[in-house]
Amino acid sequence: MSEGGFTRALMAPELPVPEGLVAPGGRPAGARFDVYRNNVIVSLTDALGVAFPAVRRLVGPVFFAAMAREFLRAHPPRSPRLALWGAALPGWLEDFPPVAKLGYLPDVARLEQALREAYHAADASPIAPERLGALPPERLMRTRLHLAPAARALASAWPALSIWRGETPAMRAEEMLVARPGFDPVALSLPEGGAAFVDRLSEGLPLGRALAPVPRGFDLAAVLGALISGQAITDLTEAT
Amino acid sequence: MTDRPASELPPRPGVGFKSKHFEALTHDPGAVAWIEIHAENYMGDGGRPLAQLDALARRFPVSVHGVGLSIGGEAPLSREHLARLRRLVDRVKPASFSEHLAWSTHEGSYLNDLLPLPYTRATLQRVTDHVAEVQDALGRRMLLENPSNYLAFAESEMDEIAFLSGIAEATGCGLLLDVNNVHVSAVNQQVPAEAYIDAFPMGLVGEIHLGGHDAQEDETGAPLLIDSHGAEVADPVWRLYARALARGGPKPTLIEWDTDVPDWPVLEAEAARAAAILDRERAPA
Repeated sequence: MSEGGFTRALMAPELPVPEGLVAPGGRPAGARFDVYRNNVIVSLTDALGVAFPAVRRLVGPVFFAAMAREFLRAHPPRSPRLALWGAALPGWLEDFPPVAKLGYLPDVARLEQALREAYHAADASPIAPERLGALPPERLMRTRLHLAPAARALASAWPALSIWRGETPAMRAEEMLVARPGFDPVALSLPEGGAAFVDRLSEGLPLGRALAPVPRGFDLAAVLGALISGQAITDLTEAT
Repeated sequence: MTDRPASELPPRPGVGFKSKHFEALTHDPGAVAWIEIHAENYMGDGGRPLAQLDALARRFPVSVHGVGLSIGGEAPLSREHLARLRRLVDRVKPASFSEHLAWSTHEGSYLNDLLPLPYTRATLQRVTDHVAEVQDALGRRMLLENPSNYLAFAESEMDEIAFLSGIAEATGCGLLLDVNNVHVSAVNQQVPAEAYIDAFPMGLVGEIHLGGHDAQEDETGAPLLIDSHGAEVADPVWRLYARALARGGPKPTLIEWDTDVPDWPVLEAEAARAAAILDRERAPA
C-alpha cells in the first residue's frame, strides 16, 4: 500500500477503497476508509470557513462547502500551518464560473485574508499621536511614517468593505486600511487614493513625496486619522 | 541527545489550551497543573496566540504537541517545518515535545488528518529515522503517540506495541499513551483494550492523553468509534486509564477537547476527575 494510492482514493470519493486495507476479520475496510475521507474534506472545509466567514455568509454554507472542495483540490495546503492557508482563494474566485456574478466576492476574500495576516503579524508599538501633530507642516512633508507589520491597504472597484460589514451598499469603489490596535484586527474606510498613498508610505517615501500623485481633493486628514486609530504608525523619521 | 527524561511534565492533570480559557487559567486553574498546545497554531510572527502562550509559559509547564510533521510519511521531513518547530521550542522551552505515529503530508500537500501506516520492517526503519531526525533538530528527546485506528493493513508484519517499542529502543524517544485512542482502536478492531494496556511499555510513557470520541456503526452494523476530541472522556476510557496507572504509576495526564470546546468549568471538572485517580495511585497502599 503506497501513500500515493491512499491519497488519491482519499481525495476522490468516486474511487474504490484501496486494496489491502482491512476491517476486523480481514474483510475489506469499506466505510471505515470514509472516516479518513471525511476527516480530510470536512476539517479543511471548516478551516476555510473559519478563515473566510463573510465569503461563507455571502454564498451560504451549502454552496461554500461545495466550493471549498473544489478549492482544496486546486490549492491544497502546502504547509501544516493552516492559519494562513487560503491566500490563493481571492484569485481562484476570480476564475470560478459559479460566482462570476458576484464580482465583489474576490475583494471581500482579499479583505478577510488581510485581516488574518494582520492577526498573526509581528507585534509593534504605536507612536503617541501628539508626535505627528507637533510637527510643523514643512517638517511633516519630509517625514517618513513607519507602519506596523499588521498594516495593509486595499483598493476595491466594489464596495467590498460595506459588503464585508453586512451592509447592502450602492455600487461604488471602496478603499480600506487593515490594522491591528492591540490584538484584534480592524478594517477602516480610506478616502479615494488612500490605499495607494498608504502603499507609498509602506515603501518608505516621506509624506510629501507620497502625496505627490494623489487625486484632487485628497483627504489627508482622513487617512492619518485611520492610521492613528488603527495604531498603525510605529515611528517617525525625518528624511534629510 | 541529552540524558534528561523525555518529559518533564508533572504527574498531574493538564489541558489542551484554548484561547477562550485564558482568563480562567490565569485566575484559577483549579486541578490543572500544565497546558498543552498544538505547535502549528503558534507559528505566526506575533499577535494574541504568542502573547497568551508567553504569559502561560511563565506560569505553567508547557507541552508542545505537533500535529503536522508527518513522521510516518514516505517523504523526507520538511526542513522548513522542523525549523519552525525549533523556533517555537526555543521560545517556550517546553517540558515536553510530542508528535504522532501517523502521516499527514503527501507530495507536499498537507491533508490535515492523522493518517495510518502499515507496521512493517520498512516503515519501522523509516519512522525510526524520522524520530531520530526530529530529536536531532530539536536537541531533545520526544514522545511518540499511539494512533486511533479505523482500519488495518493486510501487509502489517508486527503489532503496534512492537512497532512503537522498536522505535523507542532505536531512538531513545519516549511514548505518549493516548488511552482514548487505545479504546477507539480496540473497539474498531474488535480486540480487548485491556490487553493493549497490559502489554504497553509503561516505563517509556512520559504523558497520557484522555479525550472524547463519537460512536457510529459501519455498513455491517459493527461499532465504529471516531476519535473526535469533542466530548467528555467515556467511562471505559476512565477504567483503562486507572488500569494503566495501576501498572505504571502516576503520569502527566492531558484532557484533550478540541471541537465543541466547552466552558471552563466542564473542562476543569474532567481534569479534577483525572486528579482524583492520580491521587489514589499516589496514596500509600
